[in-house]
Amino acid sequence: MAMAMTIRNAASRRAMNPISADFSLRSMSSWWKNVEPAPKDPILGVTEAFLADPSPDKVNVGVGAYRDDNGKPVVLECVREAERRIAGSSFMEYLPMGGSVKMVEETLKLAYGDDSEFIKDKRIAAVQALSGTGACRLFADFQKRFCPGSQIYIPVPTWSNHHNIWRDADVPQKTYHYYHPETKGLNFSGLMDDVKNAPEGSFFLLHACAHNPTGVDPTDEQWREISQLFKAKKHFAFFDMAYQGFASGDPARDAKSIRIFLEDGHHIGISQSYAKNMGLYGQRVGCLSVLCEDEKQAVTVKSQLQQLARPMYSNPPLHGAQIVSTILGDPELKSLWLKEVKIMADRIIGMRTTLRESLEKLGSPLSWEHVTKQIGMFCYSGLTPKQVDRLTSEYHIYMTRNGRISMAGVTTGNVGYLANAIHEVTKSS
Amino acid sequence: MASSMLSLGSTSLLPREVNKDKLKLGTSGSNPFLKAKSFSRVTMTVAVKPSRFEGITMAPPDPILGVSEAFKADTNELKLNLGVGAYRTEELQPYVLNVVKKAENLMLERGDNKEYLPIEGLAAFNKATAELLFGAGHPVIKEQKVATIQGLSGTGSLRLAAALIERYFPGAKVLISAPTWGNHKNIFNDAKVPWSEYRYYDPKTIGLDFEGMIADIKEAPEGSFILLHGCAHNPTGIDPTPEQWVKIADVIQEKNHIPFFDVAYQGFASGSLDEDAASVRLFADRGMEFFVAQSYSKNLGLYAERIGAINVVCSSADAATRVKSQLKRIARPMYSNPPVHGARIVANVVGDAAMFGEWKAEMEMMAGRIKTVRQKLYDSLVSKDKSGKDWSFILKQIGMFSFTGLNKAQSDNMTNKWHVYMTKDGRISLAGLSLAKCEYLADAIIDSYHNALLYWETPIEL
Repeated sequence: MAMAMTIRNAASRRAMNPISADFSLRSMSSWWKNVEPAPKDPILGVTEAFLADPSPDKVNVGVGAYRDDNGKPVVLECVREAERRIAGSSFMEYLPMGGSVKMVEETLKLAYGDDSEFIKDKRIAAVQALSGTGACRLFADFQKRFCPGSQIYIPVPTWSNHHNIWRDADVPQKTYHYYHPETKGLNFSGLMDDVKNAPEGSFFLLHACAHNPTGVDPTDEQWREISQLFKAKKHFAFFDMAYQGFASGDPARDAKSIRIFLEDGHHIGISQSYAKNMGLYGQRVGCLSVLCEDEKQAVTVKSQLQQLARPMYSNPPLHGAQIVSTILGDPELKSLWLKEVKIMADRIIGMRTTLRESLEKLGSPLSWEHVTKQIGMFCYSGLTPKQVDRLTSEYHIYMTRNGRISMAGVTTGNVGYLANAIHEVTKSS
Repeated sequence: MASSMLSLGSTSLLPREVNKDKLKLGTSGSNPFLKAKSFSRVTMTVAVKPSRFEGITMAPPDPILGVSEAFKADTNELKLNLGVGAYRTEELQPYVLNVVKKAENLMLERGDNKEYLPIEGLAAFNKATAELLFGAGHPVIKEQKVATIQGLSGTGSLRLAAALIERYFPGAKVLISAPTWGNHKNIFNDAKVPWSEYRYYDPKTIGLDFEGMIADIKEAPEGSFILLHGCAHNPTGIDPTPEQWVKIADVIQEKNHIPFFDVAYQGFASGSLDEDAASVRLFADRGMEFFVAQSYSKNLGLYAERIGAINVVCSSADAATRVKSQLKRIARPMYSNPPVHGARIVANVVGDAAMFGEWKAEMEMMAGRIKTVRQKLYDSLVSKDKSGKDWSFILKQIGMFSFTGLNKAQSDNMTNKWHVYMTKDGRISLAGLSLAKCEYLADAIIDSYHNALLYWETPIEL
C-alpha cells in the first residue's frame, strides 16, 4: 500500500505544475479518432442478435453449435467423465509450444488412420492449435513465410472466417467454383475447370467433409478425380476438417477424402477441430498437421510452426487438450465418444428428414430435396437475404443471411414452426 | 517449377537426390515387402513433386523454453533449473493454488457447458480483470473508458495490441527496454511493428540507467509507443522507484507518446495486488490513453490455461467501444474466441469474496517465499565471497527474477560446471530456488564471477 500512496502523492504534487495541467487538456482528444466501429461478425453477430430478442418463439439456427432435442447445449458424457478424472490432478505448467504430445498423437490417428505409415515413419509435422481457426491461421502464416509468392484458392462459398484468416496472414486469395445454386449441389465441372486453370503448384483449401456452409460434399468418385487432377497440376491440398464424425456419424468414413489423397501420394496439410465432434467449442482444441517428405523434414517444419505460434500465444491451452487425450487414450471412453458422436449426427439426419417432409406436406412449390441430400451440420436452404430478413423480423428465426440453416439448432419442438415460416416466405417464389 | 515453391536461400534437395535416399532405404532392408514399400514410395515421390518444404531450415530453440528442455536432459543430481519463470515450492515442485482447485471443483459440480465464448471473451472475467488492475472505483472503470478483451495470456494480449498498432498507427515505433522479455521482439516482428530499444539496465550498478531511459524516451519520435513493465521487470527485476515513475509519466506526456504496460506479475512483486498496480494507476489517474496487457499465468498459477487480457484505456466510452470492436476483428481470424476454462477460474476466484481473500493470502505466501530466498541468497553470497563485491543488488531487485550481471561465458560456466540452468543473459528465476539450494547457488555464482574465463567480452567491473 505504501508504494501506491507514495506514487499518488508524488503525482498530486506534479498536478500543481502548469505543464501537467496542459497535458490533461491535450489528453482529452483521442488517439483513436480514426478507429471506426467494426462490422458485426456475420456468424457470431447472429447469436448476439438472437440473445437480445425477447420473443418467446425465437429460434436460433445461426451458429453451428450442436443442440439436443430440447434446444440445449450438450456436454458429452465422455467429456464429463474425462473432466472428473482430470480435476485437481495436473499442475497446469506450460505445455510445450507444440502443445500436448499425447493429444496430437491421438488426433493424427483420427485423420490419417490408426495404422498410418506416415505416423509410424514420423513424417507428419503436427502441433496443437487453437481449434480449427488457429490451425488454419498457423498454416496461412506458414504458407506466407515459406511460400511468399503463393495464393490460396478458396471455394465459393466457404466459412466466412476463412477469408479473414488468409487476409490477415497477408496471403492473396482466389476462388474456385463449388456450389451450384440451380441444383443446390456441387458444381463439379466448374470446380475441375478452376483446378485445371490454376497455375501449377497452387494451394487449395478443401473441406474434408460436411462443407460449411452448403453441406454439399463431393462423392468418393469425384474426390478421386479431384485428387488425380491435383496430381497432374502438382497442387497443394489443405484440408479443413471441422466436422469429422458429424457428417455420416462415422469418423473413419468422414475422413475418406483425406485418405484418398494420401493414397494418391499427396503431401497434404490438415486443420482438425474438436469444437463440434467433442463439443469442446469454448476450449479451443485443434491440431495443424503437415505431411512431409521424411522425419527430418517433419521435425524442421514443426520447429517453424512453433516459431509462428510463440509470438501469437506462446503455447496452447491445456484443459481441452487433456480432455481429448483422456478420452481418446482410454478404449472405453473412446468407444463412448464414438457412440455419442453418432447420436448427434443421427439426430441431425433425422431433423433433415423431418424438415423436408414438413415443407412438402405444407405444399411448398419448391423442391426441398437438397435438405436431405446435403450433409453435416448445415443446410444451404437457397433462401435469399430478403427472405432471411423476413424470417428474422416476422418469425424471430435467426440464421446467417446466406440462407445457411444450422440443422443442429432444429428440434422436434421447433421444426414445425420453422417449416411453416420458411413456407410462408417462399410460397410465392 | 520447384523454384516457384521454395523460398529460403538454403540448399534444397534436388529430386534425384531425394530418390537416391529413398533407394538407399530400399536396399538396406532384406524384407521384400519393405523393399517394395520403399520402391512404391520412390514411385510416389517421383510422380508427385519434391516437397515444397525442402528449403526450410530448423528454427533455433527458444532461448527461454529451450533451457527447461536442456535441464530435463541433464542427469546430474545437483542440477538446478533457474530458467523459466514458473513458481516452485520450497520442495521445488510446481504449485497449484488451493483457490484454483476450489474454483475448478465448483465448476465441475455446476456442470458448466462448453459453448463458445464471445470473441471478446468471458464478460465476468473481463469485468473482474479490469477492476483488479485499475481498482473497481476508478473513473476509467466507472466511465467505461476501458476496452477489455480476454487474450491468450500475456503473449496473446500483447499480440492483439501489436496488431492494433500496426493497423491504426502505421509506421509508429514501439520502444522496448534493453533488455526485455525475449518474446517481446518476436511479437512485434511478427506483427510487423518496428521497434527500438531504450536504455534500461546499467551493468555498472546492476540497477536502472534512469538518465539513459529518460533520454531515449525523449528522443523517440512523437507518438511512439513505450513498452513498460508494470512491476517486477523481466528479466532484470529492477523497477523504477515511485518518484522515477512520475518522471517517466511526465516525459511520456511531454512527447505525446503512448504508454504500453506489460503486467505479468501483479501481486508477485510486493505480494500486494494493489501495490503492484500503482504504476498503471498513476497513468490512469492522469487521464492518459494507454495499453495494458495482463497475464494470470504466474499470480494464479494458470500458466497452461493461457488466460490474460488486453486493456485499452481511452479518453471516452465511445472510443473504447470502437477500439473493442476492432480488437475483436483482429482476434477472430487468429483463434475466433478465447479458451473458456482459465477465464472461468479467474472469474470465480475474483468474484467470490472468500476465494478472493484466499487468493490474496496465497499470493502473499508465494511472493513471500521469493523474498525469503532472495535474502538467503544474499546472505550466502556475502558470507562466502571475500572479495568485497557489493551483492546488494539482489535485495534491491524485485519479483521472480534476478539479473545477476553474469555474462554469457559466466552463465555458461554456471551450466557446464555447476549444472545450474539459466538464460544466457544472466537471468535467474528465484521462483525455482529453494532455501536449501541457496548456498550451492552462491558457490556457483561466486565461482562464475571470478573464475570463468572471458574469451570474447570485457570483464564486468563491479
